[in-house]
Amino acid sequence: MQRIGVFVCWCGSNIAGTVDVHAVAEALKNESGVVFSTDYQYMCSQAGQDIIKNAIAEHKLTGIVVCSCSPRMHEATFRKTAAAAGLNPYMVEIANIREQCSWVHKDMLSGTEKAVILGRAAIAKVHLNAPLIPGQSPVAKRALVIGGGIAGIQTALDIADAGFPVDIVETKPTIGGKMAQLDKTFPTLDCAACILTPKMVDAAQNELIKIYSYSEVSQVSGYVGNFDVTIKRRARFVKEDLCTGCGLCTEKCPQKKVPNEFNLGMDTRRAIYIPFAQAVPKVATIDPDYCTMLKTGKCGICSKVCTAGAIDYTAKDEFITEKYGAIVVATGYNPISMEKFDEFAYSQSKDVITSLEFERLTNAAGPTAGKLLRPSDGEHPHKIVFVQCVGSRCDSCAEKGKEYCSKICCMYTAKHAMLTRDKYPDTEVYVFYIDVRTPGKAFDEFYRRAVEEYGVHYVKGMVGKVVPQGKKLMVQASDLIDGKQLHIDADLVVLAAAIEPDKSARPLATMLTASMDTNDFFTEAHPKLRPVESPTAGVFLSGACQGPKDIPETVSQASAAAAKVIGLLCKDHLTGNPCVASANEMLCSGCSQCANVCPYGAITYSEKEFRMPNRTTLMRRVASVNPAVCQGCGACTVACPSGAMDLNGFKNNQIMAEVDAICRN
Amino acid sequence: MSELNQEYKPLIVAFCCNWCSYAGADLAGSNRLAYPADVKIIRVPCSCRVNPMFILRAFQRGADGVILCGCHPGDCHYTTGNYYTRRRMSMLFSMLDYLGIERERTRVEWVSAAEGAKFASTMNDFAKKVASLGPNKRLEDLRCKP
Amino acid sequence: MTNEQLKQEILRISNVNVTKCMKCGKCTASCPAYDEMEYHPHQFVSMVNNGDIQPLLNSDSIYRCLSCFACMERCPRGVEPAKLVEAVRLMAVRKQGANRMKAEDVPCMLDENTPGQLLVSAFRKYSK
Repeated sequence: MQRIGVFVCWCGSNIAGTVDVHAVAEALKNESGVVFSTDYQYMCSQAGQDIIKNAIAEHKLTGIVVCSCSPRMHEATFRKTAAAAGLNPYMVEIANIREQCSWVHKDMLSGTEKAVILGRAAIAKVHLNAPLIPGQSPVAKRALVIGGGIAGIQTALDIADAGFPVDIVETKPTIGGKMAQLDKTFPTLDCAACILTPKMVDAAQNELIKIYSYSEVSQVSGYVGNFDVTIKRRARFVKEDLCTGCGLCTEKCPQKKVPNEFNLGMDTRRAIYIPFAQAVPKVATIDPDYCTMLKTGKCGICSKVCTAGAIDYTAKDEFITEKYGAIVVATGYNPISMEKFDEFAYSQSKDVITSLEFERLTNAAGPTAGKLLRPSDGEHPHKIVFVQCVGSRCDSCAEKGKEYCSKICCMYTAKHAMLTRDKYPDTEVYVFYIDVRTPGKAFDEFYRRAVEEYGVHYVKGMVGKVVPQGKKLMVQASDLIDGKQLHIDADLVVLAAAIEPDKSARPLATMLTASMDTNDFFTEAHPKLRPVESPTAGVFLSGACQGPKDIPETVSQASAAAAKVIGLLCKDHLTGNPCVASANEMLCSGCSQCANVCPYGAITYSEKEFRMPNRTTLMRRVASVNPAVCQGCGACTVACPSGAMDLNGFKNNQIMAEVDAICRN
Repeated sequence: MSELNQEYKPLIVAFCCNWCSYAGADLAGSNRLAYPADVKIIRVPCSCRVNPMFILRAFQRGADGVILCGCHPGDCHYTTGNYYTRRRMSMLFSMLDYLGIERERTRVEWVSAAEGAKFASTMNDFAKKVASLGPNKRLEDLRCKP
Repeated sequence: MTNEQLKQEILRISNVNVTKCMKCGKCTASCPAYDEMEYHPHQFVSMVNNGDIQPLLNSDSIYRCLSCFACMERCPRGVEPAKLVEAVRLMAVRKQGANRMKAEDVPCMLDENTPGQLLVSAFRKYSK
């Protein structure tokens, strides 16, 4: 018989407001096995934990039940408390009377009643708890960073700085990500390339960092500390180790009409290309969709001009497998497609562009060499209209756009408007906004400067439609402050498109078994307290794959993720979860049902000798579970026809006891 | 009838997987989205931990409705657990159907950790459904009554 | 009826959730009848929300709306201002003797090019 202590937490008024905590403590006193029951203001505080420790010692408790907040919040806290008092930490059960009781029920009577029942269920479970001792598993001291934008680069640099090897996997031929495409960065107007490219070079030169560009993750297995990752290195038809990046091939290639994705299709490149001058690794890549040699077998000019002999038309995709202790996701974002917003005439006129395209138009390395020219006729625009919130802050039932605020648009639009007025004072600039959202250090000052010093016309209202008319774009918009409808004959319209997670994020999340929200952003383990960790152990989040972010936020999250990874890789062993499956060999019939459903391959079979009556022995095939590999899902326990398989911490009889306790009214 | 229904409090057992639905229930709590106190949640590591036996046991001991919540298909923390759940439960439900237990007394719902609102609305809806069906008399084992 | 009752009636007829509006003004920016209207689509949303129904009922705006539904189509929040205009207009014309268009006025509006559909639509829109 267990000696059980019950501790009811008030959580200030969070629980005590809707649940009569004294009554709960009193009611649970009468449960069988309960020898001590009390309530306290904050059980998780030092004083509260001391109450638990003292009670364990004083009443010789063998199990404790804490009626408090969600076990996802403080289960670990109370387990540590129990361990400190000499009790096995797995003899602790939490009754969730905050998130699942006091916060969702308004009525004191029903709240209290439910809290008692939840407490009773936890007591019933504790009766059947057994002390568990977690196993240990080694840690592979290497980290994987998926995505080579500024987030991935910063994370990799920080991890390497602590002395651990890091691999970056990037799908594009070069690292650098979106930041490499930007011109200036708000609010300081630093040149993006000037601050990014040195970091790219650092990453390339760091001996601990290996860059797998033009590659993708194709398979992930294992668990925290021991991930096995298969990386697909796509054939680039150029030997990376031989190519010097001289660029001669990219000048001689006769296939000139390939849309240049780095400039968002606003100019063209060759079929063999280096995305931009500062690319890392600076290695050419052949685009198999356009290369005449690969398609028809007739050309081969690049291989003739290459003095290094780096061209290899026979290259195939390669797969490499590596062991990692931790994985950082830094897959970033993309602007959404504008096809559902045809009122802005994006598909009808080349002079309606997105902000990222505008960024390329003003970039010295862009298609116009930094001169702001209209894409349609190469003329100078004299009237520019910026439209904010295109596709952001939409209603879910409107079925176009995203519900969230994309966060970065207000600031980059202010930057674009300001830079335009600075370089071309003869240009009139209108910004149509719903709200100007500038929380951040020196952000609002920046926006005010655009208005006050640079004379940008900020108009509160939205653009209704854009109609191409001759060389002009007729913009019809509302000015809600003046109560007017405006008609502007603009030369250029710039749409601040909402941003969405990269398309590769969803299949990646499935491989990593990391959870995502409805917008395909990765969810964090806790929105406030664990913002850079995924709920899946060993998977960390960096940058805009977790939510819209600007560069400073991305970099700080990247470094935070790196700190978490370093903390993990520093350990030689990880303490595993003891709540794993185990087979009762006396009941096991060796049918293999459990091994068939195990997603981890943790179950093996062996022939074992059993003693029989009359001094005979019998060889039988029985299951055994590898506790280091088992993750404790319990699929096998249900599949087992003989009931031999059970899950520690969630045993059949424990769950059954909970059901009984709940139903016992 | 409406008066009777107000008096009658159904007993609902909800099995929630630790990674998605239990977190979804916590989120419903953090957002103070109310649902009836008749719903009592049991935490399991994965929806595939729920043995059909547990559901039958709940009905035997007088539960009026049992709902099982797990991660969305494809999002299972253990990769494939909820697929097993889906198949097992469709078997169980067809058996319950055969036994003449109202189909609405049991339900499987996919609720992610981000769907607090869905959790609350699901529970509200389920509780209303079960309340309208009245007490479960068919499977309750009166010998189990204290 | 009190302002609140009028508001509830409008909301009931239109089935529009005015609280979803984020006041971006895209409805008004899209409105082709802007210059004709005293109150504009975004004002309909805001005024209904505030219970200011009487000025809308008395305004010609409810007949100037072309019912082109551009505001509904473009609204990023799915608020549907045109349904509010429609609801206010219905409330106005449903009163005894408040028909905007009377049968006896019709003959002098006709010429040989008037499509029959126009009359049907006009009656549907301006009369109960």
